[in-house]
Amino acid sequence: MVNNVSKTYGDYKALNNASIEVEKGSIFGLLGPNGAGKTTLIRIINQITMPDTGSVILDGEPLQPHHIKYIGYLPEERGLYKSMKVGEQALYLAQLKGLSKQEAKERLKYWFDRLEIGDWWDKKIQELSKGMAQKIQFVVTVLHKPKLLIFDEPFSGFDPINANLIKDEILKLRDEGATVIFSTHRMESVEEMCDHIALIHKSNKILDGKLIDIKRQYKNNTFEIGLITQDHASTTAMLKDKFEISPATFKSINNELQYKVRIPDSVSPNDFVSYLTSLGQLTHFVEVVPSASDIFIETIQKN
Amino acid sequence: MNHLPLIIKREYLTKVRNKSFIIMTFLSPLIFVGIFALVAYLSSLNSDTVRKISVLDESGLFTNEFKSSPHLQYKLLSGNNLSEAKKEAESQEIYGLLYIPKIDKLEDLSKEITFYSEDSPSLSLMGDINDLLENKVNTLKLKEAGIDSETIKNLHINISANQETFKGKETSKLGSGLKLIFGGLAGYLLFMFIIIYGNMIMRSVIEEKTSRVIEVIISSVKPRLLLLGKIFGTTLAGITQFVVWVVLILVLMTVVTSIFGIDPSSATPSQQVLENSVSGGTQQVLQDVMIEINNLPITNLIIMFILFFVGGYLLYASLYASVGAAVDSETDTQQFMMPILMPLILAVYVGFFTVIDNPHGTVSQVFSYIPFTSPVVMLMRIPFGVPLWQQIISVLILFASFIVMVWFAAKIYRVGILMYGKKPTYKEIFKWLKY
Repeated sequence: MVNNVSKTYGDYKALNNASIEVEKGSIFGLLGPNGAGKTTLIRIINQITMPDTGSVILDGEPLQPHHIKYIGYLPEERGLYKSMKVGEQALYLAQLKGLSKQEAKERLKYWFDRLEIGDWWDKKIQELSKGMAQKIQFVVTVLHKPKLLIFDEPFSGFDPINANLIKDEILKLRDEGATVIFSTHRMESVEEMCDHIALIHKSNKILDGKLIDIKRQYKNNTFEIGLITQDHASTTAMLKDKFEISPATFKSINNELQYKVRIPDSVSPNDFVSYLTSLGQLTHFVEVVPSASDIFIETIQKN
Repeated sequence: MNHLPLIIKREYLTKVRNKSFIIMTFLSPLIFVGIFALVAYLSSLNSDTVRKISVLDESGLFTNEFKSSPHLQYKLLSGNNLSEAKKEAESQEIYGLLYIPKIDKLEDLSKEITFYSEDSPSLSLMGDINDLLENKVNTLKLKEAGIDSETIKNLHINISANQETFKGKETSKLGSGLKLIFGGLAGYLLFMFIIIYGNMIMRSVIEEKTSRVIEVIISSVKPRLLLLGKIFGTTLAGITQFVVWVVLILVLMTVVTSIFGIDPSSATPSQQVLENSVSGGTQQVLQDVMIEINNLPITNLIIMFILFFVGGYLLYASLYASVGAAVDSETDTQQFMMPILMPLILAVYVGFFTVIDNPHGTVSQVFSYIPFTSPVVMLMRIPFGVPLWQQIISVLILFASFIVMVWFAAKIYRVGILMYGKKPTYKEIFKWLKY
């Protein structure tokens, strides 16, 4: 949980009274355009920078230096020592997080086997491809079984197969009880994974809540319809007369009218359906749920 | 704090395992000894050649003066005239021909004597010949004036004032020379050490920045701890390299001198200087040197050398680290290097000019307290005898300023390591201190 956090760099206000609350065992999506202040917020949670005002509370306790062992952080600007061997490096980073050497070795073996990268142990990072190094980085991040995982653009540099693999691992970690904060620009992964989201824009938090609730808020009674009628032109005119319509396209085997129709609150969907059936044969009727991407763009433009 | 040993260990191991580090460590002594051996060999080669010189003495005054030595053979010609002698000298590969014509007055000799040779003759040879002739002519002149040269010799008294401190310690010119060498060497070593290993730290910080590993690390450890670990780790690596160098050079020197049978003292110029300053054979000089070395405050020197070495190095190392943190790449470091190098260079200049002139003068004293110059200047002063309390105060100031410096450096470091893209100005860096 983050309370009223502000941070100023010189004359530049990077965060302005931002508060978020992350539920235990959920995946929290931190969204925002470039330069909005996401990384600053993440760095404050990681105690890399200190907030000017406000506080961070972890598990009911104000954030303290020893908490870093409960946090696993995969920064956007990430890298590894190029000339160090994979195994050595992973051990070093794990020990910095407070694991004993023995423990670290066992867990590394488990993870390396699991991700099928066991034979990389003695390779130097500079011999690996970017995606391969990312995998190591992921392992290092989760190795000390942190309660709170923070991923900044975790999928960049991964091919779709590996991205899926990592996605599944993250979901699995969540199921095992870890809390995940997740910052990304890839809206489809937000859609797939996040339970909660918060949107930061120009140093201010402008949206926050359960993804489903937000979607409900943002839906505007718009439906996608497919209609087979005798006379397409007159039907279109009639629809246009009564509702806000815009062309839509979806795959279909029929030759039909395809429209997005927004109905006023006074009209219930049921009434709308019966009205449509009176016009012709209804082949397609779907409520348009705003995607995370739509919400993102709409909210940013409004502000 | 339990991460510190871990960080030090990593920094140390990465440095020590680095290929160029290993090569440098083992190659440098080889090169050093190799050059030394080469110089010694060449100089012995040079003096091995025997030079033959023909002397045509028409005046008959110098007949008994030219005594051949292993490297120089004189051949007295008689009966030839000058052109014959020249031809002969040229055809027989004789180094040169000294021609002394017949003269009426001794004064004329100064203009009339000529040395013929293939190329211009070596300076030292000409010096020797001129000295020899001059001596003889002087003696002859004295005789002419009716003065016995023996009388003159007896009249001449050599003065060499005995030097003694008020506490009754004997000092000598030789001792002062040695103190200079010791002090200068210690100061210079420190200077080199700071530059080489300071750069190493800087590069290591820059590497962490460019490889972007830094954010991962500092989400686990405090930047200050990382900075300290880096400084100590690199220092240890430096000391390791240093020890290896000293040991290797000593071993190789012994091997080389025993193989080539070269007397090392013949190749070191400092010894020759000392030889000139004291009359007497090499044996005597060596003995004097040993006595003087024993007279130096060796224990004091070694302890203080270590303290100042470590303190001075740590102080500068933290500066280097903050420069590394402030920039993105090594090419950007130039503008920030100047303020670091200035006091260092100043220290060496003060050391070599002021301390040599007057080890306990005001300037020397002041600079041996200022932390940025004290390691070099104080190390140069100590062989001349500095009261212990002064040394202790200077060391304390040094270490105190190291702690302050690390605090500043950590501030710059903390902000700098997360800054990418643009080269900061001094103004910005000053601002970082306030974050």
